[in-house]
Amino acid sequence: MTVRKNQATLTADEKRRFVSAVLELKRNGRYDEFVRTHNAFIMSDTDTGERTGHRSPSFLPWHRRFLLDFERALQSVDASVALPYWDWSTDRTVRASLWAPDFLGGTGRSSDGRVMDGPFAAAAGNWPMSVRVDGRTFLRRSLGTAVRELPTPAEVESVLAMSTYDMAPYNSGSDGFRNHLEGWRGVNLHNRVHVWVGGQMATGVSPNDPVFWLHHAYIDKLWAEWQRRHPDAGYVPTGGTPDVVDLNETMKPWNDVRPADLLDHTKFYTFDV
Amino acid sequence: MPELTRRRAMTTAAALAATASAATLLAPAAPAAEHHHGAPDSFDEVYKGRRIQGRPSDGGGRHHEHGGGYAVFVDGVELHVMRNADGTWISVVSHYDPVPTPRAAARAAVDELQGAELLPFPAN
Ligand SMILES: [Cu+2]
Ligand SMILES: [Cu+2]
Repeated sequence: MTVRKNQATLTADEKRRFVSAVLELKRNGRYDEFVRTHNAFIMSDTDTGERTGHRSPSFLPWHRRFLLDFERALQSVDASVALPYWDWSTDRTVRASLWAPDFLGGTGRSSDGRVMDGPFAAAAGNWPMSVRVDGRTFLRRSLGTAVRELPTPAEVESVLAMSTYDMAPYNSGSDGFRNHLEGWRGVNLHNRVHVWVGGQMATGVSPNDPVFWLHHAYIDKLWAEWQRRHPDAGYVPTGGTPDVVDLNETMKPWNDVRPADLLDHTKFYTFDV
Repeated sequence: MPELTRRRAMTTAAALAATASAATLLAPAAPAAEHHHGAPDSFDEVYKGRRIQGRPSDGGGRHHEHGGGYAVFVDGVELHVMRNADGTWISVVSHYDPVPTPRAAARAAVDELQGAELLPFPAN
C-alpha cells in the first residue's frame, strides 16, 4: 500500500528515487502529457459553463484522480516511490529543505526567474519546458514575491472548520469548504500557494514545476482531514446539476470514474500521519 | 472604471453590438461585478513597450476554450483570459491571481512575460 509522506521527513534515498522517477517520466514523454491535460482543463473550466477540474465541486476528486494517475506512472518506473506532500503552512520559507539542491532546487534568479540549482534547473539539461504558453524554455520560480506569505496553520484551521462541502452556484463564487480551500474566496489557500511559488506554477501549465504534485498532495490531504472532522457532511451536489459533476456522474477525461469512487482515499493510499 | 478611456469613443459601436445590455454597460460607476452580462470596453495601449489590446468577441471561433466574450492580445498574439463569477479576471499566465479588469490581466501578463513572446494557445 502506498504511504504518502510529508516531504520534510523523506530520507536522502527517498528524495533521490522520487527525483529520478520524475526525470524518467520527463525523458520518456509521459510527464508532458500531464501538463497538457491540466492546461486543457484550466482553460476550459468556466464559472458559467461546464467545469470539472477547477472552480467546481469536482476540483478535489478530479485532482485526486489526476495525482493517482501521476503516482502510478511514477511507480511504473520505481515501485517504491509515493507522492510526498508539502505542508506549506509549516514549511513556509525559502529555506525549507524542499527547495534544497538535492530535492526541488530553489527560487529563480532575479533577472529572469530562472531556477539555477537542483535537478530541474535548465542547465542540468533534464527539464525542458515543452508544454508552455510563452517562449521561455527554462523552469522559473519567484518564491514569495507576488504574495509574501503562505497560508498559516490558523488559516488552514478556519477552512477545515467549514461544515458544508460546497454550495450553489458551485463555482468560484461559492461559499463552503471546497471554494475556500481552492482559494477563490476567503483566506485563500490553494490558489495563494500557486502565486507564492511564481513562475510556471502561477500559470495554466503549473505541473511543469514538480512542486505542483507536492502542493496538490497536501490539498488532497486537507480534504481527507476535512472528511475526518465532518463525517456527516458529504460531496455535493448529488444529482441533476447542469455543467457540474454530481456525486454519481463520471468525470472527464477518464469518463469511467465518479466523485463517489474517489471519496475514500484509503482504497488507494494512506498518509504518514 | 479603468476601461473608460478616450479610445472608448471609437469603440462604442462595437461594444454596443457585442453586449446584450447596453444600459448596464453604460453605467459608468458600476463595478465589474454589476454588469456580468455586458462585456468590458475595448482598450489599446502600449504598456512596458508592448502593445496590449482587448475587445469584446463573439464567443465563437477560437474562443470555445472559455466560453468567449472577450479577447485580449499581447503584440498581436491572443492571451487566453477568463472572467470569474465575481467579475474579476485571470489569464493563462497568471491563472490563480484574479485582477479587476481584462486590461489589468493584460498588464499582469506583460509583467510576468519579462519580454518573452507569448505563444498562441492551441485552437484544438
Ligand atoms: Cu489544477
Ligand atoms: Cu492547483
